Amino acid sequence: MEMLNIFIQSIFIDNMVFAFFFGMCSYIAVSKSVKTALGLGAAVTFVMLMTVPLNYLLYQFVLKPGALAWAGYPEVNLSFLSLIVFIATIAAFVQLVEMIVEKFSPTLYSQLGIFLPLIAVNCAIMGGSLFMQQKVDAQQLTSVWQSVVYGLGSGLGWWLAIVMMAAIREKTTYSHIPAALKGPGIAFIITGLMGIAFMIFSGIQF
Amino acid sequence: MSSKNFKYLMGPFSANNPVIVQILGICSALAVTVQLKPAIVMALSVTVVTAFANLVMSLLRNGVPARIRIIVQLVVIAALVILVDQVLKAYVYEVSKQLSVYVGLIITNCIVMGRIEAFALANKPWPALLDGIGNGLGYGLILVVVAFFRELLGSGTLLGYRIVPESWYMAEGGFYSNCGLMLFPPMALIIAGCIIWVHRSRNKDLQEK
Repeated sequence: MEMLNIFIQSIFIDNMVFAFFFGMCSYIAVSKSVKTALGLGAAVTFVMLMTVPLNYLLYQFVLKPGALAWAGYPEVNLSFLSLIVFIATIAAFVQLVEMIVEKFSPTLYSQLGIFLPLIAVNCAIMGGSLFMQQKVDAQQLTSVWQSVVYGLGSGLGWWLAIVMMAAIREKTTYSHIPAALKGPGIAFIITGLMGIAFMIFSGIQF
Repeated sequence: MSSKNFKYLMGPFSANNPVIVQILGICSALAVTVQLKPAIVMALSVTVVTAFANLVMSLLRNGVPARIRIIVQLVVIAALVILVDQVLKAYVYEVSKQLSVYVGLIITNCIVMGRIEAFALANKPWPALLDGIGNGLGYGLILVVVAFFRELLGSGTLLGYRIVPESWYMAEGGFYSNCGLMLFPPMALIIAGCIIWVHRSRNKDLQEK
């Protein structure tokens, strides 16, 4: 039940885009067609699914205040390093995925290739890890499986948002929008309205 | 200051604004704008990080091989953000609690990375520093405008001082009530959309075909 709660909450209630504006830059820039949106969404979800648990383990066993007790240093507090460790994990992981995909599946690489480097600086990924840190401090995430579910849910939430947005933007190509609102202007307002729609999910509990 | 340097500093305020023209760094720009005070603190933090990241990378630009520049940039930016984060925790603890994860997210703020890639790597340190300050302040300008409307309409205060008189409120027998929706995230997006609308109707060359 706990897992399902985290899953539903991270997809719908704490949606990365609509509740926290994470990953907005690529969300606005890459949501012009559904097909590319699907590709980027899949890549983001995968990277998040892997990096959130990785960073969870790093935080739990190295960085948290008192985390080094297993190595005999219970009074050490390295939590100020968490920002740099998280971003290093993410950048290294993205680089690794890029190399593996390039080696084993050149077709997939040519499809995802342009998105992969973008992901390293996608705030949704970093945001996922930072929220994970906050939730660990608040005792809301207590096991590595919960962090897996949280990473997956947040990624899926972002994927859902960008695909919905791309679908709407494909339709709006044919509508008469005031010249000054075309492009990013209308994209912001549509996202705002979608965010208001997503507010109905708040308060769902299992 | 030469006119060229002046342009680097002032360009980002309107014609080349990072948020509403280049569409960079929106994540943090909107999330911290419920009240004016955290918005101003955030704007100053981003300005400091952009300015010094630009300066450092411009000094290093001939020494860093192109293949590993991204990771070098991330390390420089992350180090600066950790400094800012610690300073905020030490001097304005309340605000730093309100900003929560968004201070850490300056690392992945596309403005910082974008300005390094687009400007600092190809220019001398002094113009790079000015460009960083200009872009940080241009970003701050949008934050302050959005936060102004959200705080004024959402809670009737500015910087914590009451603007809408107490006697106007329904509870006191008046006619006024705050727009609660302004405090929710979606309204920040809609306000930003309206800012883009106004800005582009005044600058026709920015409009998309």
